[in-house]
Amino acid sequence: MSALISIRALSKTYRRGNQPVPVLLGIDLEIDAGDYVALMGPSGSGKSTLLNLIAGIDKPSSGSLLIGGVDIAALPENDLAGWRAAHVGFIFQFYNLMPVLNAFENVELPLLLTGLGKAERREHVETALAMVGLAERMDHYPNELSGGQQQRVAIARALITDPTLIVADEPTGDLDRQSADDVLKLLDRLNRELGKTIVMVTHDPKCAARARRLVHLEKGVLLDHADAEAH
Amino acid sequence: MLAAYIVRLARKNMWRHRLRTGLTMAGIAVAIVSFGLLRTVVDSWYAGAELGSSARLITRNEASLSFSLPVTYAARIRRVPGVRGVTWVNWFGGIYVDDKHFFPQYAVDAGSYFDLYPEFVVPPAQLSAFQHDRRGVIVGRKLVRKYGWKIGDQVPLKGTIYPGTWSFTIRGIYGGADAKVDEGQFILHWDYVNEALKRALPSLADRAGVFVVDIDHPAQAAAISAAIDSGFANSLAETRTETQKAFQLGFIAMVDTILLAIQTVAYVVVLIMMAVMANTMAMSARERMREYATLKALGFRDSFVSLLIIGESLSLSLAGGALGIALTFPLADAFFKATRDLFLVFEVRPLTIVLQLVSALLIGLCAALAPAWSSARVRIVDGLRAVT
Ligand SMILES: Nc1ncnc2c1ncn2[C@@H]1O[C@H](COP(=O)(O)OP(=O)(O)OP(=O)(O)O)[C@@H](O)[C@H]1O
Ligand SMILES: [Mg+2]
Repeated sequence: MSALISIRALSKTYRRGNQPVPVLLGIDLEIDAGDYVALMGPSGSGKSTLLNLIAGIDKPSSGSLLIGGVDIAALPENDLAGWRAAHVGFIFQFYNLMPVLNAFENVELPLLLTGLGKAERREHVETALAMVGLAERMDHYPNELSGGQQQRVAIARALITDPTLIVADEPTGDLDRQSADDVLKLLDRLNRELGKTIVMVTHDPKCAARARRLVHLEKGVLLDHADAEAH
Repeated sequence: MLAAYIVRLARKNMWRHRLRTGLTMAGIAVAIVSFGLLRTVVDSWYAGAELGSSARLITRNEASLSFSLPVTYAARIRRVPGVRGVTWVNWFGGIYVDDKHFFPQYAVDAGSYFDLYPEFVVPPAQLSAFQHDRRGVIVGRKLVRKYGWKIGDQVPLKGTIYPGTWSFTIRGIYGGADAKVDEGQFILHWDYVNEALKRALPSLADRAGVFVVDIDHPAQAAAISAAIDSGFANSLAETRTETQKAFQLGFIAMVDTILLAIQTVAYVVVLIMMAVMANTMAMSARERMREYATLKALGFRDSFVSLLIIGESLSLSLAGGALGIALTFPLADAFFKATRDLFLVFEVRPLTIVLQLVSALLIGLCAALAPAWSSARVRIVDGLRAVT
């Protein structure tokens, strides 16, 4: 398999006032297309920061970050937004659905950035919602859905544009065991059946065990992951 | 398509806090109504002053309006080149029933007055009946409606300037040639009053309050005014002649300052509402930091978020503005009725409505600028970390 994501000497330093806060210190990492990576590590180790860089919603301080051969760190803001719309599906810990939109409209949202017509959009949205088992809940608003259901809507939204890469930051962090299990099963299917490359941040070892590969981050440095390899 | 979507989403966002939105909208409506009414007050005041045709001159006593002039001046004014006609008027100032029922009463030269005021339309038969009855009067349509008078009715007035109780017979009813003409005047014979004065107070007799002078060319108004006044220079009663419009504007010159204040208040109200609304929009935008960051993460551009905020703000301000404009008409009517004799006309002008609309638009736009700018600039990662 060829590497979809290729990270070299990637560093990120935040600035709090005049104080530089180094968060990532020279990360080297390759992720193959179709892989399912669980990113673990203690709180504050920089997991979310790394994930955000991979997803193209934050810019590295130095190093290179190639995704599908594109140096996303060099893209201007508007091009980067377009790149995200086409290539990345997002799953957040707190679902981040639009409260004024119902399930259907939330899932439809990313399609508005494509040239698809109304009928096509409807077809795609219905398929995606059926896949996450919420075909009956299309016209429900987020506050009328359980946490687990909201996260499944969010998963439908993440896969609706058929992106190559899906990033998930603690997708089960706010869910009970049963709902978490449903979500993980869905991620499994996205990876196995649809061939999506998934990078998931998690605290939960049981969650991480569902991934194909484990990566440990500690104080901004990757632990030698050869011996952390799953399977 | 995205534009239509922005409008839809902005509308939905607008109603998330019903109470807040309702109050803000009511505030905007009040600001827009106030703005419209205050402007209409100012407009109406000036409209009243413009009623007089500038082709007519008014000659009055140089010293003060409260001093009159010898009526014999009429003949001398008529001889001034460029003068087409002269008539004279005295303020009668009688009381009908009690002083709550105020309407202007003018003692006029019955033979010439209506020739100089063609905008007062009287049927010829009625005019002639008036001219042949020294106790006859011609009254405006508005007065007839108000008091239920009809031709032949007797109207008693208690004199103030001219003592005694006077009784008049309605011989004619005039209407305005257009909507701007004051239809609330009560017009009686100067001769009749003068006759009585000759008997009771001879020193006050044969005097005219002002002369109204019709001229051939309005452009010559200044030259003719000067010619008239120079004819009476160094006499016992010097004159001051000016166009009727200038005369009336002079009347309200002292009101000008008040009008300016009113206009300032109108704009200040709009500015205040702008500040209030800006605060509301900033509050909403702060609460939605995470949503906006999510939209941006999904690939929507910064400008989409800005437009969402501007769209919401404009929807809100235009809805409030429309409500305000709709309320302006009935309120202006009510205001006119409540202050009946203060204004001759009280009409909401098209320009006022345009300005109201522009104000509402500006309120919405200005209120949205700061939050639209800052929300667009917030970095996605920071927005996503925001707690809501
Ligand atoms: N925008 C920011 N500005 C300044 N410092 C930041 C910013 N974002 C993250 N940090 C700091 O970077 C470090 C790593 O944060 P990050 O969110 O990546 O950790 P994490 O591994 O995801 O932790 P957790 O498991 O608690 O989510 C933390 O010390 C955090 O305070
Ligand atoms: Mg994190």
